[in-house]
Amino acid sequence: MDGIKTLADLKKKQEEVMSRMSLRDRAENPESLVQVKVAMATCGIASGAKEVMEYFIEELYKRKIDAVVTQTGCMGYCFAEPTVEISLPGREAIVFGYVDTRKADEIIERYIKEGELVDGIIPQNYNTI
Amino acid sequence: MSRYKIHLLVCGGTGCHSSESNLVYEMLRDELERKGLEKDVQVIRTGCFGFCEKGPILKILPDNTFYTQVKPSDAKEIIDEHIIKGRRVYRLLYTDPETEEHVPDSKQMDFYKKQLRIALRNCGTIDPENIDESIARDAYQALGKALTEYTPSETIDLIKRSGLRGRGGAGFPTGLKWEIAAKNNADRKYVVCNADEGDPGAFMDRSILEGDPHSVLEAMAICGYCIGATKGLIYIRAEYPLAIKRLKIAIAQAQEYGLLGEHILGADFSFDVTLRYGAGAFVCGEETALIHSMEGKRGEPSNKPPFPAQSGYLGKPTNVNNVETLANIPAIILKGAEWFSSIGTERSKGTKVFALAGKINNVGLIEVPMGITLREIIYEIGGGVKNGKKFKAVQTGGPSGGCLTEKHLDTPIDYESLTAAGSMMGSGGMIVLDEDDCMVSVAKFYLGFIVDESCGKCAPCRIGNKRLHETLGKITAGKGTQDDIEKLRNLGSVIKDASLCGLGQTSPNPVLSTLDNFMEEYLEHVHDKKCRSGRCRDLLYYVISKEDCIGCMACKRVCPTHAISGEKKEAHVINQDVCIKCGACMEKCQFDAISLMNDYPRVSATAAQTITES
Repeated sequence: MDGIKTLADLKKKQEEVMSRMSLRDRAENPESLVQVKVAMATCGIASGAKEVMEYFIEELYKRKIDAVVTQTGCMGYCFAEPTVEISLPGREAIVFGYVDTRKADEIIERYIKEGELVDGIIPQNYNTI
Repeated sequence: MSRYKIHLLVCGGTGCHSSESNLVYEMLRDELERKGLEKDVQVIRTGCFGFCEKGPILKILPDNTFYTQVKPSDAKEIIDEHIIKGRRVYRLLYTDPETEEHVPDSKQMDFYKKQLRIALRNCGTIDPENIDESIARDAYQALGKALTEYTPSETIDLIKRSGLRGRGGAGFPTGLKWEIAAKNNADRKYVVCNADEGDPGAFMDRSILEGDPHSVLEAMAICGYCIGATKGLIYIRAEYPLAIKRLKIAIAQAQEYGLLGEHILGADFSFDVTLRYGAGAFVCGEETALIHSMEGKRGEPSNKPPFPAQSGYLGKPTNVNNVETLANIPAIILKGAEWFSSIGTERSKGTKVFALAGKINNVGLIEVPMGITLREIIYEIGGGVKNGKKFKAVQTGGPSGGCLTEKHLDTPIDYESLTAAGSMMGSGGMIVLDEDDCMVSVAKFYLGFIVDESCGKCAPCRIGNKRLHETLGKITAGKGTQDDIEKLRNLGSVIKDASLCGLGQTSPNPVLSTLDNFMEEYLEHVHDKKCRSGRCRDLLYYVISKEDCIGCMACKRVCPTHAISGEKKEAHVINQDVCIKCGACMEKCQFDAISLMNDYPRVSATAAQTITES
């Protein structure tokens, strides 16, 4: 790096390094953002959850959607792995099953962006304490 | 570019550092490498989180998990369970002392709920050894804004309007200080950062320098722009090795980027910063003494005027600001004077960092808006007094401050209210005392510190404080008289009036404020020869329990001064006037009937007389 010679340089540099920090800034206020939780237990990983998670992280960034992508443990729907739980601000969390990268793309485009429900929702019919 | 999915923030402040946070950091990295996750998970060493009580702290993002007291051996479990399987390691979560429930998210912790972090905004969230992380958090933007949008006098005006006052203790308006330095013409001027933090129990400046050094460097450059200085000096005590190391790294990185040096950000402004080390003398926190020390002279204060703003370092106009004051500057410039002045009270704006120490559950570093009450700090943020004991007092302002008691708990804290209550803001140390603390001993401790640290230049401070310390020693040894109490008060006010510098002028405060608030304890020490807390060893008494004594005479035989009386098979009694407290009786007693108490059963005055007469 040749140094920061003007304020514009500094702003450019800030943009450059910002993405490295965005995860930390977003963590301050996760309720106000789209939260994507990918089930990453053995069953999930074996069915490709890692690729799906990676896809979400990359694509949400590219499509400029402010979101927090986290991993969780097994959600219990091992028959439908990889499973992903999505909570939009102010809405109940919804779990999607059999999520591959194509499904992920559909979820981003239709559910996250437009709020439309798409196929593959696993109804949540249990209670937790 | 692959992005990290998870950030592990390990506290790298001195507190956590000394409880092996460094090793935790290494172990986490090793473990991630072993699992092949080093590209997905980033481990960062940050500055202080403030929650020093339960260090080392490990925060995991994005799920905001807050682990406390993490040991190096926990690294494997954290990676296996939390990072790989997504299950929190419950035993390491912070436990709410009241509900005894695990608090997974740091935002739910009472410790953080009431805080407002301006000076500490980046402490615990960025890697202080990496300038890029600071830049991502707006570092040097305020400098850029000042250089391109404001003239120096406009910038000074902005600081003046914000109402920022010196955070080192005295509370002098920062903008005014800059204005005076700017108005004095000279071929050379200096900006000095006072990082000589000397109050026992205070560590806010150290934590800022360790956690966010660039905010201080940036503010110094802004100050240089405002007053027309091209050289900045940070006077830091050599006993802060970690802060020094991080400052050196920060300065080198800023220079490499051209954010310090010639023609900063394309403007006609050059500024550079160097470090000056102090040997850790308390008096060198006083600005004239600090300047003398930097010049290589003895660290002794001199008369003001001339003020450093007129003639300071090497006889040139010098502006001295405390670390925390400087850390506020960039935020004020970016967010505006009105934003800053909307926080706080009528005359004290913004926030203050306090170091909580002593008998409090959550020892640590906090930043709260001015005007908060002591009760909120101690009971809500601090989690109350340790072991459920009764609150007695809180010592603020270090050796120059005083004690605040229960009646001050609901006073809103600002510069004026603390002074009115007989203490002072000081640099922000807060030491909580409980019922087990003896106030006379506390005053003696602080006087001992002052006696050690007095530079010796003026007689009131050098000799006066020595005499105060001796008198307190006499009282705690049970040899005090009523005259001694009067002497403390008179001598204290003379030292206050006649000393040369701020150190001497405030040095009797611990004595005077304890005299004001805890006179009954002084009277007890003097008249009843009793210390209610049992802290003063000389005021403890060997007492034989009537119930447990079987009258075996063993203690009576061993007593070298024949202080024990009583017939065979009858309970014995120790005559306290004759007892020399050698402890031989307690050692000899096979029935645990003798114990050391802070009081003994007293006989009425007439009865005592007959005993002595007979």
